[in-house]
Amino acid sequence: MTTTPETTDPSGSSGTSLAAADFANDRASASLGEAFRDWRDRIRGGDMGALPAVLGLIVLAIVFSILRPQTFTSELNIANLLTQAASISVLAMGLIPVLLLGDIDLSAGVAGGMSAGFTAVAIDRSGQHWTLAVLIGLAVGALVGLVIGLLVSRLGIPSFVVTLAFFLGLQGVTLRLIGMGGTVPVRDEVLRAITIKSMPVLAGWIVVVGLLAAYGALMVVRQRRLAQRNLQRPPNALLAVKFASLAVIVLAFTAVLSQNRSRSAALEIAGIPYAVFIVIALLVFWTFVFGRTAYGRHMYAIGGNREAARRAGINVTRLRISAFVICSMMAAISGIISSSYTGSVAPGSGGGNTLLYAVGAAVIGGTSLFGGKGLIRDGVIGGLVIATIDNGLGLLNQAAYINYIITGSVLLLAASVDAISRRRRSATGT
Amino acid sequence: MTDPLLELRSVNKSFGPVQVLHDVDFRVYPGQVTALVGDNGAGKSTLVKTIAGIYRADSGDFAFDGKPVTIHSPKEAADLGIEVVYQDLALCDNLDIVQNMFLGREATSGGVVLDELTMEERARTTLASLSVRTVKSVRQSVASLSGGQRQTVAIAKAVLWNSRVVLLDEPTAALGVAQTRQVLDLVRRLADAGLGVVLISHNMVDVLEVSDRITALYLGRVAADLPAKESNLSQIVELITAGRSGDIGIPAATAAESA
Repeated sequence: MTTTPETTDPSGSSGTSLAAADFANDRASASLGEAFRDWRDRIRGGDMGALPAVLGLIVLAIVFSILRPQTFTSELNIANLLTQAASISVLAMGLIPVLLLGDIDLSAGVAGGMSAGFTAVAIDRSGQHWTLAVLIGLAVGALVGLVIGLLVSRLGIPSFVVTLAFFLGLQGVTLRLIGMGGTVPVRDEVLRAITIKSMPVLAGWIVVVGLLAAYGALMVVRQRRLAQRNLQRPPNALLAVKFASLAVIVLAFTAVLSQNRSRSAALEIAGIPYAVFIVIALLVFWTFVFGRTAYGRHMYAIGGNREAARRAGINVTRLRISAFVICSMMAAISGIISSSYTGSVAPGSGGGNTLLYAVGAAVIGGTSLFGGKGLIRDGVIGGLVIATIDNGLGLLNQAAYINYIITGSVLLLAASVDAISRRRRSATGT
Repeated sequence: MTDPLLELRSVNKSFGPVQVLHDVDFRVYPGQVTALVGDNGAGKSTLVKTIAGIYRADSGDFAFDGKPVTIHSPKEAADLGIEVVYQDLALCDNLDIVQNMFLGREATSGGVVLDELTMEERARTTLASLSVRTVKSVRQSVASLSGGQRQTVAIAKAVLWNSRVVLLDEPTAALGVAQTRQVLDLVRRLADAGLGVVLISHNMVDVLEVSDRITALYLGRVAADLPAKESNLSQIVELITAGRSGDIGIPAATAAESA
């Protein structure tokens, strides 16, 4: 090594951080321009994050607004779209831990349908209170996840095969539970309210503004602490731009949803559907778990290099089981939201394209099918894309076959983007 | 000469009917680089894994800091301050440098939330203390690092925990000339900082240059344990390939017995 002369701290504040001074190229803070260039380099290097999903969402919104100007942008349809997106997003958020490990859960959709079936049966046939019924549904989901997890991580069967078997088997359980050709109605007022009722307008505004304020405050506090210890941080301006754009979008939606969207003069429907708040709560909770706890860090590590994680003392077996438990429990929540929307649980609930939609949502949002890469928010962003496609195509009144082909193509497109960006990442090493 | 930091006396290890280590004596001194050389199958990896607690020796004594110890698990080794940097490095490409260095031993505040601030600071300090200047940012992902930088991160990860003995398994095997240079300098600095460093390498030029002592293994036996200054290239090659060189080494009869 050439003996480099002692590097002088460019900022001139020598005493502040001896450690930082030794890093000739390691800058703690960057300007907005530098941050933009870094971001552009990452995109070119194949790390696109949520960019394709956000662009897709904008394009879809424009296309459907042009094709169906009256209906697509109506308040009623926007509320409807968000409610549709809720169950997809919840299922997709649940799938992300499994995808992070490089596994897949093909049974999540029907596990959700089955859990919702248990919840509905507990209320409708046994007269249980909705809280107990929901707990039963969640417990059923957790049990399914536990069994899948044990089979995958202890016995070593590929998750693809285990969950394909469960995909078939669980549909049988649901059929036995509900009975051939029958449906179980969901009449419980609280469960129905998740999707058909909205938070009162004033309360909605208070919650939304409160959440935004809390998020902003958290950003400021974190940035201050990083700056105090002169650690690496994004430029203030970038955070401000990010926060401002998020606030504008959220407030605009709140304003739209606060309008009366009822079609009859006698009834007023306004406010944000409760389902949206469930999605937000789950998003915040899991983002915290996967972004800020050792557990979450270990999940990423296993997805990146299982052997390295094992040598670092991480209990890979237990964490893999936990991923499947999380997935099936989130599937149960998704199933209950879905049953609240349709008002009943049928033997086919959660079957069909439910799982495909959720996997598509996660992948479109930027989660990799190869493991190790993905954020919880991907499920929500991707869920919005999928729901927009589903909703928009419904408004266009196309034949069913076209909807299938288009949705399948979108999933394939997202998977291709994932595979190509992975190749670029390994080529450029970002 | 100072007392050895880690001392193994007549360690034996067999896998079924195959005896891999025969009465191996091995010493690691603080502030010195001890090179462990030997041909493929000589027992280098087995010896390292025995020290790391992955294998358990069939017989033999271990002493750390002059006190007798037992090492039955990787955790016991780590608790003594023994860290191993394996050839395949065991880094997660999708995590950044700080996250890799603290993997499995994350600092938390309140036991739940990750303390990123402390981790980043400590990672920076450790890298700086090793005079690592080639890394663009401690927050860049390991996938974007060169082979030498990855090796550096793996070594920094090992010394982060106030370790006292660091075993490096072929740290320069896959590196180019300039990167090999960097890593060898780093190995030297570790020893200068007072650590006991064990370097396993097939590159005799590197070994002669950077190490203080050389221990040569031949078919599971120690052929020689000699100061690097008193040695030369052809002598070491003879010790590795034939088990003896001139007056030193294993008597031909013993060597033939284990062959």
